[in-house]
Amino acid sequence: MRSQFVLSEIWIGLRRNLTMTLALIVVVAISLSLLGTGLLFVKQVDRTRTYWQGKVELSIYLCIKTSPEPQCEQNGPATDAERTALHNQLASMPQVQAVYYVSQQQAYTEFRQYFSNEPALVQDTQEGDIPDSFEVKLKNPEADYNIVASAVTGASGVETVVDEMTILDKFYRLLDGARNAVVIIALILIVAAVLLVANTIRLSAFNRRRETAIMRLVGASNFYIQLPFLLEGTIAGLIGWAIAAGLLVAVKSLMLDSLEQYFSFNVGLSVGDLIEVIIFSMVVGVVLCGATSFLTLRRYLRV
Amino acid sequence: MINFDNVTKVYPNQNRPALESVNISVSKGEFVFLVGPSGSGKSTFLRLVLKEERPTDGRIHVAGRDLARLTNWKVPYLRRRIGCVFQDFRLLPNKNVYQNVAFALEVIGKHRRLIRKVVPEVIDLVGLEGKHDRMPDELSGGEQQRVAMARAFVNRPMILLADEPTGNIDPATSIGIMKVLDRINRTGTTVVMATHDAAIVDSMRKRVIELEYGKVVRDQSRGVYGQAY
Repeated sequence: MRSQFVLSEIWIGLRRNLTMTLALIVVVAISLSLLGTGLLFVKQVDRTRTYWQGKVELSIYLCIKTSPEPQCEQNGPATDAERTALHNQLASMPQVQAVYYVSQQQAYTEFRQYFSNEPALVQDTQEGDIPDSFEVKLKNPEADYNIVASAVTGASGVETVVDEMTILDKFYRLLDGARNAVVIIALILIVAAVLLVANTIRLSAFNRRRETAIMRLVGASNFYIQLPFLLEGTIAGLIGWAIAAGLLVAVKSLMLDSLEQYFSFNVGLSVGDLIEVIIFSMVVGVVLCGATSFLTLRRYLRV
Repeated sequence: MINFDNVTKVYPNQNRPALESVNISVSKGEFVFLVGPSGSGKSTFLRLVLKEERPTDGRIHVAGRDLARLTNWKVPYLRRRIGCVFQDFRLLPNKNVYQNVAFALEVIGKHRRLIRKVVPEVIDLVGLEGKHDRMPDELSGGEQQRVAMARAFVNRPMILLADEPTGNIDPATSIGIMKVLDRINRTGTTVVMATHDAAIVDSMRKRVIELEYGKVVRDQSRGVYGQAY
């Protein structure tokens, strides 16, 4: 195998087909980066979801002096005795796995974090305006939610019972929708990329028909005849992938990481996740371009 | 070296066979002219030897191999033992003389050191010494055909097939081409040349096989072009 010869043939092929090669690189780059973005979204959603699911399914907010609910206005803010009673009641229920108490102070700190970009709102709110709460983790959220929720609804000192999952579900649905849209566009573009690869290789085979005819004649092996074409498609795919990798790094650091600052918890994607997605998109890109080149060659380079 | 045993070739969608029950045997080191009008089956014969086509019926042996039993991936190795020259030269227009000849060795993975040694020798053999750097369009037809012959011979094939090599060349230049073919034949290479050129066939006095409508109508040693008429 003479690598120098093969490389120079590939270079000639890529250069002769410059416009097609560029189009191919661009389409591969965009489709792979969209695919990668979709995958990052999937990972982000999973990461967020497991975080919440590992944490809490039920929030029980307690009455404070500014609570508008009638039972709170009637009985006043929750007393320490009520808190203890409620805590004991929740902790003793068999459906409950864990109970966390979030004090008004903690709630206020979190509130200030959430709305740090709206200073006016933060200024108008003081510690004590944000209700303290019990965050409950259930053993079996689907089945147990109603039992636990109805047990504490209306108990003295309880303002509202909130199913965190229903709130989060809306958020998930939004993320899922965005992810699906991105993945669908990526798939359509991948189809376009496949067609482009096929076309590029066909053009390339036509441009090099003299060379391949002579190669066949003097007894070059099929592998040797096809290799420059295969590598041509694969190299274009690899360049496209390299651009896509750059775009994915940008997507992660600009979009997802800035999205993360709206969460007060660390649900960001690690560098490892990013590398995983980039490697996956490389495999997709190379396999796609290589396989398409190979199949096209079988049609246009009969030996 | 080449053995056709009752070979018939019918192309798809054609009624008349291109070759019909052809029995030809060419020994090692022979020089054979294949003559006959256009469409008589000369090119089909050459294509069958290269296994570019398969016979409809009959057996073909080339260089001791039964082509019917030669797997597809081994066909390139058969072709390395056969050199080919055509009427239209088939040179690569963007490569010079040296590169055109070297190409034949590069694509079968020969070592660069060997290529540097062998290619100039063969270019000398065909009489193009000092023209290594010329591009094909700077050469005359005769010179281009010499390049093609150098390319066909550079891997020292056992068989050289020439399909009307003098078809695009004037008679005076053709003599030079024939001299090169003769020189190649003298190295022990079997040469099969399909041609229309009566003057050349008559002057060489070699074995002549005449085809007509796909059948062998004459096969004589030391023959001439038109004796059957």
